[in-house]
Amino acid sequence: MNAPFPAPVAPNMYRYDEFDARFVSERVEQFAGQVARRLKGELTEDQFKPLRLMNGLYLQLHAYMLRVAVPYGTLSSKQIRKLAHIARTYDKGFGHFTTRQNLQFNWIKLVDVPAILRELAEVEMHCIQTSGNCVRNVTADQFAGATPEEIEDPRPLAEIIRQWSSLHPEFVFLARKFKIAVGATPHDRAALQFHDMAVEVVRNAEGRTGYKVLAGGGMGRTPYIAHVMSEFVEREDILAYLEAVLRVYNQDSRRDNIHKQRIKILINAIGPEEMRRRVDREFQELKRMGTLQLPREELDRITAYFAPPAFETGLPDTLPEAGPDFANWTRTNVHPHRAPGYAIATITLKTIGQVPGDCSAEQLDVIADIMDEFSLGEVRVTHEQNLVLPHVRKKDLPAIFAKLQELDFAAPNAGLITDIIACPGLDYCDLANARSIPVAQAIARKFADLDRQHEIGELKIKISGCINACGHHHAGHIGILGVDKKGVEFYQLLLGGSGAEDASIGEIMGPGFGEHDIADAVERVVGVYLAQRRPEERFLDTYRRIGMAPFKQAAFQKEAA
Amino acid sequence: MSAPVFKMLTANRLRDGDVLYRKGGGWVLTLAEADLYADAPAAEAALAQAEAELAQNIVVAPYLFDVRQEDGAVRPVKEREIIRAAGPTVRPDTGKQATA
Repeated sequence: MNAPFPAPVAPNMYRYDEFDARFVSERVEQFAGQVARRLKGELTEDQFKPLRLMNGLYLQLHAYMLRVAVPYGTLSSKQIRKLAHIARTYDKGFGHFTTRQNLQFNWIKLVDVPAILRELAEVEMHCIQTSGNCVRNVTADQFAGATPEEIEDPRPLAEIIRQWSSLHPEFVFLARKFKIAVGATPHDRAALQFHDMAVEVVRNAEGRTGYKVLAGGGMGRTPYIAHVMSEFVEREDILAYLEAVLRVYNQDSRRDNIHKQRIKILINAIGPEEMRRRVDREFQELKRMGTLQLPREELDRITAYFAPPAFETGLPDTLPEAGPDFANWTRTNVHPHRAPGYAIATITLKTIGQVPGDCSAEQLDVIADIMDEFSLGEVRVTHEQNLVLPHVRKKDLPAIFAKLQELDFAAPNAGLITDIIACPGLDYCDLANARSIPVAQAIARKFADLDRQHEIGELKIKISGCINACGHHHAGHIGILGVDKKGVEFYQLLLGGSGAEDASIGEIMGPGFGEHDIADAVERVVGVYLAQRRPEERFLDTYRRIGMAPFKQAAFQKEAA
Repeated sequence: MSAPVFKMLTANRLRDGDVLYRKGGGWVLTLAEADLYADAPAAEAALAQAEAELAQNIVVAPYLFDVRQEDGAVRPVKEREIIRAAGPTVRPDTGKQATA
């Protein structure tokens, strides 16, 4: 007999107030009415499409896809159980965690969408700002509030940005989508420099906490690293500053060419200096009006939702011994926590051969149980398509590991070569040119040997099935881009990208590889690294030192033979 | 020499998004049952008829795609349509392939 269901734990996260609940509820009923009108023919598809996109509903290759917002990647066990229920009741029994910390269901029926949105609203969830030309769901460092590295938990700011941006009358119809990320540590886990706008919590020379603001980063067809707009914005000015950036973008971006509508294009056309000048002009005007000052009491009120949990004291602060498999898992998947006796544990959804980011309803239910029993009812979604238990007692790690083994989610590979990001690709996506997932699976199988993975060390492979770059291929140490070559899938290799604090855009190697050759080409590239690396060098370091030529020569060796 | 290219007509069902194929004046769930158009005028006429029927709110986004007939079987030319007709290659338990 199964153990009794643990009672859901209410973690320290934002909870809807009366306004939020009414806003989401009214939005659900509004969209339910729009769906009914579409089904009756009162709305054409052209009229309905922008409305469904404003509610996270896409029409993909096989069915409708519904993208559920996970604000800054934080979920409670109650929400996870609801997602499991929706997967089981309305989908085909699984969901897919995305590279923007959201979750999407791939087999949704239009007629079921109102019921699904009502179910989501019951647990304070929705699909708003997961699609369309608006400020998208804000993402954050998955270790927020748990890592000892951070200046402060960035999630209160993320929540404030969410509240400011939802239905902001000026920014409902932007030229294109606008993605914001927040972080608070020198080590960037949120790919800040690849966002339209990013905020990093910093301290200035006087020791005062404030915000560094970047803008103009992005991937897609034209990748750019973000520029610093301001090294330090005072706390109370942050919304005015962000509004100034968005206002300049909204006023000055090109709307005549879909490929030139993102803020990165604007900033790189006029130059970062001119952008800073325009932003500062708007900022001074907003400050003069004084309507967008962030009151200290409001910041404190939101911050209180995210107050650190009551961590136990006197816990053993050493990692338990529980065999070699457990030791391997802790080596890569367990990170230091701010509280003695606690740790942060990453659940990689990347067991060898698995679809990166997929999670079944049954697995979600068990993860919810683990969250309640061991992690104060909380989990985080990462942009690398993994989950994180942010607050676990070190002494509980063997028990957690054992439960993850039963789930087949105990892969000890966080940050290693088999911890691959892959977009849904041509297996699901209407925009894709090539499949991503089978390539990820083939590479993972090729490098399945754990000793070999450890020998290679940190190596981030990121795969996109088209130029839109949902799989972040520009930021992969090894990036792979799927293209269509006369109806046949083909894969380009990129080397040297990074989405971390040492951000860089990968360089395209040259002609691509066929579906059955790409994993072998990656293996030859890794072979060059192993042969040429110096002590302590990661793949990325070696690439930056020796350049593309030896890797390219090796990658095409077979073709030349 | 490769087999001649024909056209087929596909769309998604409005109410659930399921992939449909044109047969006669209606729609079927599998590619194998669908009509094959041997020439461009026939294919364009079928597409025009489907577009005229959009107001009936049965399907959305109809379009034509290329197929080849080899050894009595119809196979789309592009990988995209092969996957669309069968389901995700990484989840054989889903899509039309699951019930084939």
